[in-house]
Amino acid sequence: MINYFKLIALGLITFFALIAANYARDLAYMVHALLISGVSFGLFIWVLRGMGTVKVHAQDEYMDDVIRYGVIATAFWGVVGFLAGVFIAFQLAFPVLNFEWAQGYANFGRLRPLHTSAVIFAFGGNALIATSFYVVQRTSAARLWGGNLGWFVFWGYQLFIVLAATGYLLGGTQSKEYAEPEWYVDIWLTVVWVAYLAVFLGTVIKRKEPHIYVANWFFLAFIVTVAMLHLVNNLTVPVSIFGSKSVIVWSGVQDAMVQWWYGHNAVGFFLTAGFLGMMYYFIPKQAERPVFSYKLSIIHFWAIIFLYIWAGPHHLHYTALPDWASTLGMVFSIVLWMPSWGGMINGLMTLSGAWDKLRTDPVIRMMVISVGFYGMSTFEGPMMSIRAVNSLSHYTDWTIGHVHSGALGWNGMITFGALYYLVPVLWKRERLYSLQLVSWHFWLATIGIVLYAASMWVTGIMEGLMWREVDANGFLVNSFADTVAAKKPMNIVRGLGGVMFLSGAVIMCYNLWMTVRKAPAKEASLSVAVPAE
Amino acid sequence: METYSFLREFADSWMLLFLFLFFLAIVLWVFRPGANKEYKDTASIPFRHEDKPATTEEART
Repeated sequence: MINYFKLIALGLITFFALIAANYARDLAYMVHALLISGVSFGLFIWVLRGMGTVKVHAQDEYMDDVIRYGVIATAFWGVVGFLAGVFIAFQLAFPVLNFEWAQGYANFGRLRPLHTSAVIFAFGGNALIATSFYVVQRTSAARLWGGNLGWFVFWGYQLFIVLAATGYLLGGTQSKEYAEPEWYVDIWLTVVWVAYLAVFLGTVIKRKEPHIYVANWFFLAFIVTVAMLHLVNNLTVPVSIFGSKSVIVWSGVQDAMVQWWYGHNAVGFFLTAGFLGMMYYFIPKQAERPVFSYKLSIIHFWAIIFLYIWAGPHHLHYTALPDWASTLGMVFSIVLWMPSWGGMINGLMTLSGAWDKLRTDPVIRMMVISVGFYGMSTFEGPMMSIRAVNSLSHYTDWTIGHVHSGALGWNGMITFGALYYLVPVLWKRERLYSLQLVSWHFWLATIGIVLYAASMWVTGIMEGLMWREVDANGFLVNSFADTVAAKKPMNIVRGLGGVMFLSGAVIMCYNLWMTVRKAPAKEASLSVAVPAE
Repeated sequence: METYSFLREFADSWMLLFLFLFFLAIVLWVFRPGANKEYKDTASIPFRHEDKPATTEEART
């Protein structure tokens, strides 16, 4: 019966999307309308062909196929996002790469949000959805709630990524950092996110364990807070129902504050809380011992939740924002040192008594260095939020270096560690194809990040000093173009660091592929070990 | 008083105090007697039910 409603709905969506494409006021909107009508028409055929078949959800099994898809999507979008990053890094070093024939579509300004969204939302988001589905099932001892809703979350999220990415290239953007997608893409993400929350919470509610494991607290905080941030920062009024342009309801400094309240908590809850959920599950699993201090993990959770939400104003020092607000943001950022380092210590000390594993297991090495980078970037961040330091660092490449030591080091490495853990488990393989290749990945990625961060420190501080340099009469010494010229060698080093990080990720994809293809299967060895009589 | 001033004064007085006390209460609660035993059990959740879901309510072994 439900399939008839699905067919009617999909048919109507196809029809109205075609009408919308016809009346479209801009290119991005038209392409998206055609895309949506194509997707819903494809789904229509798919539902029609599947009429009469009923998919059984065996409650005595975990729902792992959607996680396998998530793992593949994470690896795929990771490589795409890193590649885009490497390309735009070289665009900055060699402006000729902003090709004349692709002007207006593939120049730095268009590709930059493509890169940030690809790595944060496509790579990071898929990693979070896949690992949260994996962790919530295992730690609740229950199958994913909602049946096929998990599939809706996965495919709906991929559609969001494709709409966002194509929108950026075609100019459909509301120019809010990390919140670039236009109104209809925002609405779609809201629908998907509510389904995500329902699946996650539903599984937690029907859990068989009496307690909710700490990783699930972090995942839940991430889902709920991102929903809140997304809604408030995207309160826009479309100019036309047939166009992508919209106008935000906030104005002036309020808009700036809402944007950075969103922006910093995207870091705090998407890139920190969610990935801490990963840390609290995968590090204990890989180290084969429980987390160092469960008490500390609870205090860590509540301290992060209570503090992060206030730190946003440190993005708006020396602006129209009132002084009290930017001081508040600065103070809370500095207080954040404590829970961040508490969490780092908790992650690292989980290895106490098993430090020898660092020598033998490159996967745990990856997880440990990711926690190390977490500690480093959460030390650097509060320092940069201090007003006096910020006056030097703001608008310079130092900020970009800081973001990447956090994103490549912490988010990237913990995700790689989780993927290396998950693939053998999900495809029922005895072990990874090659630990040596994991070591290659580890060193390429680590040296790549070091090159990246170091070059950005040098160029960032140089830039900051050049911008504020005045002569005896109080005139500025350097023009903006002078700083750009002085940065060239560092921009090249940064690009090379990116190339190393990208090649590490490609090696990982090969290794994971070969794990599925070639590594010995798990059942085979079990059947040998069990004697007949 | 206009809404802005009221909210701002409320936020940096009573709400701040409430949130601070709430956090303090959590810290104290974490160190309650008997917590060690319970947390030891909770911390070992990742090492159970790896392959398939628990079938009964009291499935912890």
